[in-house]
Amino acid sequence: MPLNDKVSQAVLAIQQATNWQDKYRQIMLVGKVLAPLNETFKVEAAQVKGCESQAWLYHYQEADKHFFCADSDSRIVKGLIAILLDATHGKTSAEITSFDLERYFSHLGLSGQLSPSRTNGVTALANAIKQFAAT
Amino acid sequence: MTKAFEHDAIRAQFPTLSQQIDGQTLCYLDTAATSQKPQSVINAVNQYYQLNNANVHRAAHQLSARATRDYEAVRSQVQGFINSNRVDEIIFTHGTTESINMVAHGLTAQFDKDDIILVDTAAHHANIVPWQQLAKQTGAIIKPIPLNDDLTIDVDAYEQLLSLAPKLVALTHVTNALGTVNPIIELTQKAKQAGAITLVDGAQAIAHFAIDVQQIGCDFYVFSGHKMYGPTGVGILYGRYQILDTLTPMLTGGEMIKTVSFNGTEFGSLPNKLEAGTPAISAVIGLGAAISFMSDLPSDLVEQHEQTLLHYLQQQLDQLGDISLYGAGPNNVGVVAFNLAGEHHQDVGILLDQQGIAVRCGHHCAMPLMQHLNLKGCCRASIGLYNNKQDIDLFIDALRKVKELLL
Repeated sequence: MPLNDKVSQAVLAIQQATNWQDKYRQIMLVGKVLAPLNETFKVEAAQVKGCESQAWLYHYQEADKHFFCADSDSRIVKGLIAILLDATHGKTSAEITSFDLERYFSHLGLSGQLSPSRTNGVTALANAIKQFAAT
Repeated sequence: MTKAFEHDAIRAQFPTLSQQIDGQTLCYLDTAATSQKPQSVINAVNQYYQLNNANVHRAAHQLSARATRDYEAVRSQVQGFINSNRVDEIIFTHGTTESINMVAHGLTAQFDKDDIILVDTAAHHANIVPWQQLAKQTGAIIKPIPLNDDLTIDVDAYEQLLSLAPKLVALTHVTNALGTVNPIIELTQKAKQAGAITLVDGAQAIAHFAIDVQQIGCDFYVFSGHKMYGPTGVGILYGRYQILDTLTPMLTGGEMIKTVSFNGTEFGSLPNKLEAGTPAISAVIGLGAAISFMSDLPSDLVEQHEQTLLHYLQQQLDQLGDISLYGAGPNNVGVVAFNLAGEHHQDVGILLDQQGIAVRCGHHCAMPLMQHLNLKGCCRASIGLYNNKQDIDLFIDALRKVKELLL
């Protein structure tokens, strides 16, 4: 089950973008599709550490499928989260565990955003998602 | 003889600067984090490993004698560079952070409960956290020195705090987040009159103008090699001999002793007493080359060049519009702190990076200052002597594109 058709379309547009402006415009647009988290949920306990920006991640499970709510105060990070969720939201533990983050991002032409030395926290978010799916 | 200042020729000595990032000219505006290194520094480190590699202070053979001679020659160079009174007042450390930790640790036994420590609100964490640790162990009290609206130190409030007779005052020569230059001689003199021990963090000052520790009159002055065109892994702790000699060594072991037996150990004298273990010899040699590099340049023209660039940078940012500048004054040095409208500093940083622009975005290890400014963080562009007008133009042009995309 895709997160949202709009997200999936935008992810395609990111892949097809020919310059950094288009790519990042699309990333920020896809972030807007995610509903903003209510301020009362932006608490430290839900924060994913390892981001220069603030990012919050919530998880719930229905039957064998995992669902996520997330937000960030950075527009680009929020877009990157939406891209992550497009690949993981509504998936089973097995699907999420076998999800190859590096391949997925490099397919989108975004592998530069993934190195552990980057402070955008995408790797930390992906690890947090995998941790939820594993428990 | 007047020293030449051919800027293109100076810039050409920095090999990292001529590279491309994703097909774009690298525009390095992150010197406040670390400076690039001239070829002469790289060569000096290389040469040490190729020709003279041996441990120092164990001069039983020629290589070790050469290594020790070169290592100790840098100590004398540093003494001259900051005009300290004695060569054994210069301690090699791993950097500013270690230097401050050594002082805080070394003075702990001299502190009592309720002793007061004054700390600059705009200080780097390295000049806050070691004092907090000292306070935790001794029951001493930390009091932040308030800032004026223009983010300079509030001297009236500072004088009031000094009337409490603090035991120690930790000052910043140039703030790393904003580039504010504090009136360090005045601040130090006032602290001394109040009977306080004084430490000055010079990490952001040392690359930009001449330092004279005797003129400043502080008890301790600390800085890092890597911010002054030298290698990482070496820093300086300058201490006035009488007080430096009272520090309890943070590290104990080899090199720092006079005699060791299982009945007890007698420490050696300064500077060895505070340099336990094998030091970062190659980095020290590289630091010597960095000092030579800087000393060969006409410092007045270098300063003028940097100030002209910084003013141009401040002015261009201001003209771009939708930019908030923080504490940007005409007397600042090296650094401009800014945000683009209400945009997240990280978004701005990511989009600048897409264009080959290297700036730092974050809290700049100055969270108390960010809290004071009510900011999550900001972007910081900082310059070194190798930057030119073209760097600023590239940066402003890139930021304009970021602005078009975000706003």
